[in-house]
Amino acid sequence: MQKIQIIIIFINSLLLFYIARLIIKGKLREEYIIAWIVCTVLLMFFSFWRNGLEVLAKAFGIFEAPNLVFISFIFIILIYLLHLSIVNTKLQKDITKLTQEIALMKQNLKKDEANDAA
Amino acid sequence: MPIKVLIIIPCFNEEKSIVSLLSELLTINFSNKYWIEIAVVNDGSQDKTVEVVSQFNVIILDLPVNIGIGGAVQTGFKYAFENDFEIAIQVDGDGQHPPLEILKMLKAYEENPSNIIIGSRFIVKQGFQSSTLRRIGIFYLHFLNKIFTQKNIYDSTSGFRLFDKKAIALAARYYPDEYPEPESLVIFAKAGFSISEIPVMMKPRQAGQSSIRYFSQVYYIIKVTIAMFFSYIRKVN
Repeated sequence: MQKIQIIIIFINSLLLFYIARLIIKGKLREEYIIAWIVCTVLLMFFSFWRNGLEVLAKAFGIFEAPNLVFISFIFIILIYLLHLSIVNTKLQKDITKLTQEIALMKQNLKKDEANDAA
Repeated sequence: MPIKVLIIIPCFNEEKSIVSLLSELLTINFSNKYWIEIAVVNDGSQDKTVEVVSQFNVIILDLPVNIGIGGAVQTGFKYAFENDFEIAIQVDGDGQHPPLEILKMLKAYEENPSNIIIGSRFIVKQGFQSSTLRRIGIFYLHFLNKIFTQKNIYDSTSGFRLFDKKAIALAARYYPDEYPEPESLVIFAKAGFSISEIPVMMKPRQAGQSSIRYFSQVYYIIKVTIAMFFSYIRKVN
């Protein structure tokens, strides 16, 4: 095993440990857990089996193995960003609805108070 | 029974212009046919808008955070819908829309009831007409409206509009949030609502800033084009 592999496996373990901690503490929603675990497991897998990259790159017809890494990670990141935009849109909609409800409820409350006083 | 009319005034940091608008509005003699209520929607203003407005005998819908003009106006529609108003009239809080013109809108509704009546700057050339660049934009929007609503709407960006009961019910349920005016017209046209336009006078804004500022005008045009296109395809039920 080479030096770089040991370093990566070490860093990866730290990351995995940190993610596990976040999950245990309830700071990460379940839907994100899968994505993060799959990413770390993939990294772990290829740090043990270094040749795997070359094999895969050849299978896809990519000359330089690192390009496979870049391509696939850029793709994964883009998809993930899209997912975050969707989540963000939903949150914004929910906030708008809640804000409106609060304003209407405050007004109703005021009306009731005025009626009670009268 | 008088007809219930709600005047919706969305406000974001309008402490300067809201006073004159409200005092002018409260002195207008509406005919006995109408029972008028004024709702000021405060869209999370950071200035003293709420304090200033509380001195008047009006309803305040106080949004705790800023959610944008569309969401603010929609709050008014929700209030109108929940309290069974027949008519809702949207008037901008910056003083661009002279309150007396509301009478004109109501009269137009009596004579020729349509689901939506737009107070337009462009049918008759009088009063404030805004800059050349803005007029090019509005010409383009007219063209877009022709495509997406199959109607001739000249001032689709006007925020001075009257809604009847059916339009209130739809707007309470579904209303776009950013630059809502042209986009909402597509939705209303698709719902089969009638839309008419009457000429009104408009003044240049008294204080505060337009929600459409110079360098964001390109963004505005692009956003509205995309939004109108997708509203056209989208199903609203």
